[in-house]
Amino acid sequence: MDILKDVNTIFIDVLENDDLVITRETTSADVEEWDSLNHIQLVVSIEKHFKLKFSANEIRNWKNVGEMCDAIALKLSA
Amino acid sequence: MLIDFQTLKSQAKGIQKNNFKKAKIAILGNYTTQFLAKSIEYSGLKHSVEFEIYNAEYDQIESEIYDLNSGLYNFNADFVFITISSLKLQSKFYALSAEQKATFCRDYITDLTNLINVLNSRIKTKIIINNLEILNDEVFGNFYAKVDQSFTSNVYDLNAGLLQLARTFDNLYLFDLNGLIQYYGTRHIRDWSQYVNADLHYSLDFHAAISEKLVAFIGAFLGAIKKCVIVDLDNTMWGGIIGDDGLQGIQIGSLGIGKSYTELQKWIKQLKERGIIVAVCSKNTESVAKEPFEKHPEMVLKLDDIAVFIANWENKADNIRAIQQILNIGFDSMVFLDDNPAERSIIRQNLPAVCVPELPEDPALYLDYLKSLHLFETASFSAGDKDRTKQYQEEAQRQQLQFTVTNIEDYLKSLQMEIVIEPFNPIDIPRIAQLTQRSNQFNLRTVRYSEVEIRDMAADSSNYFTCSVKLKDKFGDYGLISVLILKRLSDESLFIDTWVMSCRVLKRGVENAVVNYCIALAKNNGFRRLVGEYIATAKNDLVREHYPSLGFAEKDGLWHLDVQNFKPLIHYIN
Repeated sequence: MDILKDVNTIFIDVLENDDLVITRETTSADVEEWDSLNHIQLVVSIEKHFKLKFSANEIRNWKNVGEMCDAIALKLSA
Repeated sequence: MLIDFQTLKSQAKGIQKNNFKKAKIAILGNYTTQFLAKSIEYSGLKHSVEFEIYNAEYDQIESEIYDLNSGLYNFNADFVFITISSLKLQSKFYALSAEQKATFCRDYITDLTNLINVLNSRIKTKIIINNLEILNDEVFGNFYAKVDQSFTSNVYDLNAGLLQLARTFDNLYLFDLNGLIQYYGTRHIRDWSQYVNADLHYSLDFHAAISEKLVAFIGAFLGAIKKCVIVDLDNTMWGGIIGDDGLQGIQIGSLGIGKSYTELQKWIKQLKERGIIVAVCSKNTESVAKEPFEKHPEMVLKLDDIAVFIANWENKADNIRAIQQILNIGFDSMVFLDDNPAERSIIRQNLPAVCVPELPEDPALYLDYLKSLHLFETASFSAGDKDRTKQYQEEAQRQQLQFTVTNIEDYLKSLQMEIVIEPFNPIDIPRIAQLTQRSNQFNLRTVRYSEVEIRDMAADSSNYFTCSVKLKDKFGDYGLISVLILKRLSDESLFIDTWVMSCRVLKRGVENAVVNYCIALAKNNGFRRLVGEYIATAKNDLVREHYPSLGFAEKDGLWHLDVQNFKPLIHYIN
C-alpha cells in the first residue's frame, strides 16, 4: 500500500485543494489550508481511512508528513 | 444512523441557496466551538437555512452577556446557543472547597438566571441551552446521590434546575444533549487524545450530530416543520400482507415480530395526539386494508386516528397528491413511511419535497432509526393540536356536501358559519404564535413571531391592534383560524403587519368578514386607511392577488383601502 498516496488523497479531500501534492518533507507551514482545525480533521480522516487510532503523543510529535506516514506504517504492521 | 463531520461537509457542498430561510445565531460556549460553528453552517445548508454565525471567543459566556459593548450585542442574534460542556464544569467544580461544592448547583443556577435576565433586558432573542452531559466521575460511585459534594450529584441537580429555568423563561429552550449522547453512545462522542491535544470536548463527528439536531429545532422556529405522516400498511404498520395472510395471519402485538410494528404504531399514535396528521396510503383493496383497523384487537391505530385513508391500486405518487389536496399542506411538511424501496424511490422521484426515510430492512430497527432523524421538531404546542385529525375528517364531510349543493352562495349559507373576531386572548397566545410560525401559503408577509413577541404586541395597545378569528360551522369547530396584527403607522394609516389564515377555511368569505371588522376598527380609532403589503415567498403565491381582490388600491408597492366610501364586503357568516 502506498501510504503517502492515500494520505495525499485525504489531504485533498479535507483541505479542499484538488491540486495539492504533498511529499514526506511537507510541513503545515508549506500548505496554506493546513491550520490547527484542519489538522484535527486530517487526523480523524486518516484514522478512519486506515482503521487505526493514534495516541495523544503520536499526534503531537509529527514534524512532517513523513513522520505521519511512518506512524501509520508502524500501526499497520503491528 | 450516525452522521459524521466529513459526510455532513460533503452533503453541504455545492448546494444552491434557492429559497433559503435566513437566521442569525450566536454561539457562546465554555469550550472550543469552532467545529460546532462549522457544523451548524453545513447543517444549515443541508436543510435550506442560511446562517449568519457569531462564534464568541472561548469561554466568554459571562463577559459576552454582561458587557454591553460585546460582539454579541453588536450582532442582533435571532438565536443564542449557550453550550456548556460538563467536562469544563467538572474542572471548575473540582477547584472548589467542600462548602462551595455543597452550594454549587444553587449558585450556578442563580448565576445563569441572572445572565438570562440581563440578556433578556437587552435584546429580544431565543436562547437555547443544552442540558448537561451526565458524567459519573466515579469519585463517590453509586453513593453519589447521598453526597452534595459529588459532581455527579450536582449534574443531576443542575439539569433539574435548567428544566425549571426553561419553564420559567418563555424564550429559553433546553437542547437535549443527553438524548443525543445516549443515541450515539459515550464512546463515540469524545476522542480523548483530541481532547488532550486540542481541547476538543466532543469528537469531530459528534459536532455534526449536535448541529443536525439543533438545526432541526431552529428550523421549526423558521416554519420548517412536518405536519403529516403518511404510512404504508403491509410490512410497515404490521408484518405480512393483509390480503394474503388475513386478519389472523398478520403480525402485530404478540404474534411473531409484531412487537416491532406495535411499538411504531404507539409512537405514531403519540405523534397524532401531539397534532401530527396521520394518513394511510396503501396498495390494497380499501375494505381489506381497513379490516385490521376495525377488527384486530391488537391494532393501536384505529380508523379514528387516520385523517385520510387511501387504499387502492393506483400509483402512490398520485395518491399522495390526492392526500395533499385534501389536507392542503405543503409536500415538504409530509413524511412517507414505506418498507418497499421501489415505492420510496417512486415518491422521491415524483415528489422530491416529501421526506422519505430510508427505513432499515429489519422492522425491529424502524423506530430507533426514525427517532434519530429529528423529524418532528416543533417550536410550539397548544392544546388544540390534538383535535386536528377530527378537523380534517370534518373537512372530508364538507367536501361531500359541496358536491350536493350546486351554487356557492347556497353552499356557504348551508354551512351555518359563525365567526368571532376579537383582540388576542392570553389563553390563545400559543396557538397564535404557532399560526405565524406554521402558515406558509396564506401568509401575506411571512413574519414569524414567538409567544413572547406576540404577548408584547398584545400588551402594547397604543401601537398595535390584534385580531384573532375563530370560526365554526354545522360540521364542527375550526377553532382559531386566522390572525391579524395591525400596527399604527401614522395617525392616518393602520398597517397590516401580519395576516395569516389556515388554508382549511379558504373560500368561505372569512377574508371579507375580517376586512369589514378591520375597517370598523380603523374608523373607531380615527385612522383614514388600512395599508397592506404582500411579500412574495416560494409558498405564498395563493395570496398574490389578495389585497386587490378585496378592493385595496396599489400605491408605491403597498395596498391602500380608505375608510371613507368603504362598502361592506358580502359574506355569509354570522
